[in-house]
Amino acid sequence: MLVPFFFKLKQAGVPVSITEFLALLEALDARVIEREAECFYHLARACLVKDETHYDRFDRVFAAHFRGAEALFAALVKDLPADWLRAYAEKLLTDEERARIESLGGWEQLLETLRQRLAEQHGRHEGGNKWIGTAGTSPFGAYGYNPEGIRIAQADSRNRRAAKVWDRREYRNFDDTQELGTRNIKIALRRLRRFAREGAPVHLDLDGTIDATARNAGLLDLKMIPERHNAVKVLLFLDVGGSMDDHVRICEELFSAARSEFKHLEHFYFHNFVYESVWRDNRRRLRQTVPTVEVMRTYGPDYKLIFVGDATMGPYEITQEGGSVEHWNEEAGAVWMQRLRAHYPHHVWLNPEPAQRWDYTPSIELTRNLLERQMFPLTPEGLDRAMRALQ
Amino acid sequence: MTNARFQGTDRYVATDDLMIAVNAAVILARPLLIKGEPGTGKTQLAQEIALALGRPLHEWHIKSTTRAQQGLYEYDAVSRLRDSQLGLEGVHDIGNYIVRGKLWEAFESDVQPVLLIDEIDKADIEFPNDLLRELDRMEFYVYETRQTIQARHRPIIVITSNNEKELPDAFLRRCFFHYIRFPDAETMTRIVDVHFPGLKRELLAEALESFFRLREVPGLKKKPSTSELLDWIKLLLAEDISADALRDRDHRKSLPPLYGALLKNEQDVHLVEQVLFLSRREAR
Repeated sequence: MLVPFFFKLKQAGVPVSITEFLALLEALDARVIEREAECFYHLARACLVKDETHYDRFDRVFAAHFRGAEALFAALVKDLPADWLRAYAEKLLTDEERARIESLGGWEQLLETLRQRLAEQHGRHEGGNKWIGTAGTSPFGAYGYNPEGIRIAQADSRNRRAAKVWDRREYRNFDDTQELGTRNIKIALRRLRRFAREGAPVHLDLDGTIDATARNAGLLDLKMIPERHNAVKVLLFLDVGGSMDDHVRICEELFSAARSEFKHLEHFYFHNFVYESVWRDNRRRLRQTVPTVEVMRTYGPDYKLIFVGDATMGPYEITQEGGSVEHWNEEAGAVWMQRLRAHYPHHVWLNPEPAQRWDYTPSIELTRNLLERQMFPLTPEGLDRAMRALQ
Repeated sequence: MTNARFQGTDRYVATDDLMIAVNAAVILARPLLIKGEPGTGKTQLAQEIALALGRPLHEWHIKSTTRAQQGLYEYDAVSRLRDSQLGLEGVHDIGNYIVRGKLWEAFESDVQPVLLIDEIDKADIEFPNDLLRELDRMEFYVYETRQTIQARHRPIIVITSNNEKELPDAFLRRCFFHYIRFPDAETMTRIVDVHFPGLKRELLAEALESFFRLREVPGLKKKPSTSELLDWIKLLLAEDISADALRDRDHRKSLPPLYGALLKNEQDVHLVEQVLFLSRREAR
């Protein structure tokens, strides 16, 4: 029962490993918890999930896998207490009735039928043979024949509460494929950090001093080293105007996060696609432009190039000379893109459009191909992958 | 191994899930990684575990410059160098210049101790990786004296993180993990009760209401947290502000009294003022 759960978690993208799974078994073995579904849920979560962003996925898998199987938790912790089995109208089933349950078609079928009946039934029910209730011959409801049967609405059991815990999905907001705030962005950007020592030597280098002193036959020889700085250099190209208006907030956040994270951050704006010139100040975009060639000359290939844009435009704006919506461009956008890519070996494109839509927009597909698939959605998870690609 | 279970203390309200995570970590003697919003009692948890189980507590506070080695031991080369130039006696024994770190202290403890590694995310990215073997096997090797230090009792290790850096997978795999959720109104009432037992019901209800409403204001840079609520209530009591006053001023008209305890930056104060202003206009 637990092994399929483990694989389902993996499938759902929760990074679980054998070590963690064994830890869970060990904890069960050591009787860390009472025989309760809710406790099991908390324990499993503490063992298997190591990041609150995965809590929601875990909840979903848990709900899907264990829905209805709560009775089995008792079996998990081995000995079954007597009162677990006590029911207020317990009765043994005849062979005939058993056969009828089997005729419903096993476990899979059981769940399916249950769902249908739940939809039909609303009130409380007891003793019947179809509706969900207690002590019936129907496989659904508490204290039925099938120990793997489905417990529903058993007022005196705390398990009922348990079912809610994971169904509530309180951690939905933490799922990192969804929400993006300045803080998330910062964390993702931090991946890029690379500390290096440069500048004036201000710190005492203890190891160096000892080494030098030893070589000096015991006469003190002080060595200094410079402080550590984040040495990553970033060149940010931001798309403005037009279809990007929908994404202003998210881009602002990205920008403010990047600002505080990187000491060497240079930014330029473009409209829809990069051509022969870009600009630094959006208010004076028409008067004060910087030739793209100059940007390439000023900032060396050690800069990491990040484009931010939705890449949503007419395809001719990329492929044709004179295709730009704003001015006559002598060379096609694709040519400029190739030049930039050749100059900056580390580059990515961040796209605020949801990734599902990419395939339906020809210009996005075109841009992606130009970048050799180095395009990532502007979500924490996408940002994370982008930063890995940049390293 | 111990049978004692952690169930919160008279000063600390632990939710069911937190208790399970703590007990799992205690029983299996594995580190427990705690995350959560600032001010939800992450650091305090270790202190309370130590208190509840009657164990000594060792605290290791991490800074951006902390290295893993400092938790184990440090070789004080400079004082040895000085001593050697002065020709002192102890110079020949390198053991005299090994300074024990927090982890070593915890390993040497006579009873199973609680070790708090606070704000592990403040340190360098490699920091947790450097502690893998130490936390896993609970032993380390001292190169200078060629001895292996082994834990007499596997300490109960509580690690807190504020999520500033991602922790490596290999490290996470060795820990239990718990995310302290922001308490709901019911838990919060219990928490306040624990800290201010004699608090009047109305005042508490009013205070909690303003507090949760404040937290709901979208776009706050720093949402007020449990510790801020407790500070605020302490202030309310000290200033002798009654529930009526709180209710009166409240009516979504102005900032709650002594809001400085709850809102910690200017932009947030402005934001809340604006929201209040808008709702006031709507009410008219």
